[in-house]
Amino acid sequence: MIRLSSLTLIAILGWFTLSHVGIASPEPYRPMDDTQVLERLTFKASDPFAREIEILRADLRRNPRNLDSTIQLATRYIEQGRSEGDPRFLGQAQAVLTPWLNEPMPPPAALLLRATIRQNAHEFDQALADLDQVLVIQPTNAQAWLTKASILQVQARYDEARRACRRLARLAAAHVLLGCLGDIAGVTGQSSKSLELLRQVLSGSSLSGRERIWIATILGETAVRTGAIREAEQYFAEAFKVGIKDQYLLGAYADFLLDLHRYQDVISVLQSETRADGLLLRLTLAEQALELPAFQNHTAELAARFAASRERGTTVHVREEARFTLALLHDAGQALPLAQANWSVQREPADARILLECALADKNRAAAQPVLGWLNANHVEDFRLRQLANQIQETTF
Amino acid sequence: MRILLVIAWLLLSLPAWAHKPSDSYLSLSVQHSHVEGQWDIALRDLADAIGLDGDGNGHITWGEVRSKHDEIGVYALSHLVLSADTQTCKTEVLEQLIDHHTDGAYSVLRFRSDCGGPIGRLAVDYRLMFDIDAQHKGLLRLTQGGQTRAAIFSRESPIQEFSVNERSPWTESMQFIHEGIWHIWLGFDHVLFLLALLLPAVLIRVDGRWQAAGDFSSVWWNVVSIVTAFTVAHSLTLSLAALDVVRLPSRLVESTIAASVVLAGLGNLYPTVMSRRWMIAFGFGLVHGFGFAAVLTDLGLPQDSLLLSLVSFNVGVELGQLAIVAAFLPLAYLIRQSWSYPRLVLTGGSLAVIAIALVWFTERAFDLQLLPL
Repeated sequence: MIRLSSLTLIAILGWFTLSHVGIASPEPYRPMDDTQVLERLTFKASDPFAREIEILRADLRRNPRNLDSTIQLATRYIEQGRSEGDPRFLGQAQAVLTPWLNEPMPPPAALLLRATIRQNAHEFDQALADLDQVLVIQPTNAQAWLTKASILQVQARYDEARRACRRLARLAAAHVLLGCLGDIAGVTGQSSKSLELLRQVLSGSSLSGRERIWIATILGETAVRTGAIREAEQYFAEAFKVGIKDQYLLGAYADFLLDLHRYQDVISVLQSETRADGLLLRLTLAEQALELPAFQNHTAELAARFAASRERGTTVHVREEARFTLALLHDAGQALPLAQANWSVQREPADARILLECALADKNRAAAQPVLGWLNANHVEDFRLRQLANQIQETTF
Repeated sequence: MRILLVIAWLLLSLPAWAHKPSDSYLSLSVQHSHVEGQWDIALRDLADAIGLDGDGNGHITWGEVRSKHDEIGVYALSHLVLSADTQTCKTEVLEQLIDHHTDGAYSVLRFRSDCGGPIGRLAVDYRLMFDIDAQHKGLLRLTQGGQTRAAIFSRESPIQEFSVNERSPWTESMQFIHEGIWHIWLGFDHVLFLLALLLPAVLIRVDGRWQAAGDFSSVWWNVVSIVTAFTVAHSLTLSLAALDVVRLPSRLVESTIAASVVLAGLGNLYPTVMSRRWMIAFGFGLVHGFGFAAVLTDLGLPQDSLLLSLVSFNVGVELGQLAIVAAFLPLAYLIRQSWSYPRLVLTGGSLAVIAIALVWFTERAFDLQLLPL
C-alpha cells in the first residue's frame, strides 16, 4: 500500500514537471481582433525625431546628391540608435550613406560616420582604417581623433590612444581633451589625477548635455573602480540630471548597483528597459538575486536572443553572452571560451572582469593570464579586478 | 564652434548591447517543380519600408497590417526572385499570418513559386531592406526531401545558388525509412502505447493475480499478435490519410492518441476489463496511423514517387518498432519472475505512462478548446 502511494506521488510529480516542460512551440496565427496591438514602434509619427527624419528624407528625395542632408540624416539615425540601443538605426544610417561610400573617394564626413557604425559593430580594425583615411584628408578632424582614441582605448592600445587624444589639444575645447585623456588615465594607474581634472571640467558651465553625461559617467566609473562609492553615486546622479536617455550610462549605473547588492534599485531603474539586451541582462541578474518570478521568463528571453544573434553570425554580444552564461546559466565551462573570445576583441575593465570571473569559476588559472598581464603592464586601477586577480593567484585549484 | 557641435555627439564608446538587428526568416521547401515558402518579416521593418502605422500613434494593430496585405505582398515579392536553371519562377502569396520572434511581431507570408519544370539548380536573389537598412540579413533555411541547408543573405551577398540533386529512388527511399525510424523513436506517445500493451505480455493472469508466463513461445505469440495488430491497423490508416482518402482533424487525432495511451495504462491496472490486447492494439492503431500521416505530410511527400516514399516510411516505422520490441522483450522475459516485475515494473510503469499521457491529453484537449475547429 505504501509502495503504491509513493508511486502515485511519483506519477503526480511527473505530471507536474512534464506539464511545465511540454509547452507547444507557437505557430503563426491569424489574429481575431483588428484592434489587437501587435507591435509598438520606438517613435510616433508626431515625435520630433520622426518629423525631423521626414524633412531630411524629403530633402534627399528632391536632391539625392545633397551631401549635407545625407550626413545630417545619418547622424540623426546614429544618435537615435545610441539613445535607444537599437542597431536598426545604425543600419539605416549606413544605407543612407551607401551611395557616397561607393565612390572612389568617399567624402570624409561619410567615412567618419561609417567608422562609428563599424565601431558599434565591433569591427574595430575596419573602423580605424576608415578613420585613418579621414585623417589623411583632414588631419584636423577632431571627431576622427576622438573616435580613434576611444577605439584604441577599447583595444588597450593606451599609448596610441593618448597620442590620438593629444591631437585634440588645438582642435577642440579643453574639456574634450581632458575627457579623452582622463578616461584613459582613470584606468591606467592615475585615477586620482583623472578624478581631480575631470571634477573641474564638470563644474564648468560650458558643457553641453551629452558632454556632461560623458564626463560624469567617466567620473562615476573611475570612482567606482577606486572604491569611492558615495562619490560615484553623486557623479551618476549628475549624469542622470541632464535628462537625456543614455544606454551606456544606464548599464554602468546598473552594474554599480548590482555590485552593492542594491537589486531593488536596479529593478526600478531598468524595469522598462527590456528591449536592450545588455539592460535586460542586468535586470534579470537583479531579479535572480531577489528570486522574483520574472527571472525565469527573462532568462529564457535572453537565451533566445543570444541564440538569434549567433544564428545571424554576429559576435557583438559576446561580453554579455559570457556574463549571461556565467551568472544566469551558471555554466562556467561554456562561459569561459566566450569571455576569451571577447577579450581578443575588446579589453575594457568589464571585459577583464568577466574573463577573470569565468576563469575563477572554471578553475582555470592559465585562462586568466592575459588579463593578469594586462593588469600589471598597464598598472590598472580597479579594486574588484585586483581582488579577483588575488583570488586567482591564491586559490589552489 | 562648428567643431564643438560635431563633437557634441558620440563621446563614450557606443554600447554594444542593443536590440536585435533587422533580420528576416525565409524557409524554402523545394518540391519537384515548385517551391513552398514561408517568409517572416518584422513588422518594424515593414513599417520602415512601406509604412504600417496608419494612424501614426506608434502602435501597429492587426487591422493596420491587414489593410496593407496587398502592399506587403507586392513589396516582399518584388525583393525576392527564385529561379530554377535560369528560368524565373512565378511566385504568389497564399496567406499572411502573424508570428512572434524574440524581438517582436513578424508578418508571416506563405507563398508558392512555380518554376515550370523540374528544379535542378535553384538560385535565390534576395534584396529585402538592403536599401533601407544596410545591416539587414535574411536567414534562409532550405529543405529538400528531409535535408536542410542554411544560408545568410546580406547586402554583400544577396544571391545564393543551390544545386538540387536529382535524387535516386534508392536514396529517397532510405531517407523516408530513416524518417520513419526516427519518428517512432521520438514520437513518445507511440512508444509508450506499445510498451504499455507489452508490459503484461510476459505475465499471465491466474485467479485474479499476475504470474510469470511459463514458456517463451506463449509470450512470443502474445507479443507478435499485439505488434502485428498495431502494425496492420496503423499502416492501413497511414496509407488512407497519406493518399488523401480520409482526413481527420489533427487535434482530434492527437487527443485520441493521448487517450489511447491512458487507456492502455489503465488496462494494465484493471486487467479484467481488457483481456484481448491485440484488439486494443488494432483499434487504437488505426488512430496512431493518422498521427504518422501528419508527419509524412510535414515532410513533403514527393508527388512523383508517392507510393515508394509511403512504403519506405512505413518500413521505417516497423523497423523502429521492432527495435523497441527487441530491446524490451528479452529484458522483460528475464526479470518476469522476480517479485518486482508485476508490482514495480507493471504497476509503477503503467502509472507513469498514465501520468505522462494525461499531461498530453490535457494539453491537446486544451488546444482544442482554444482553437475551435
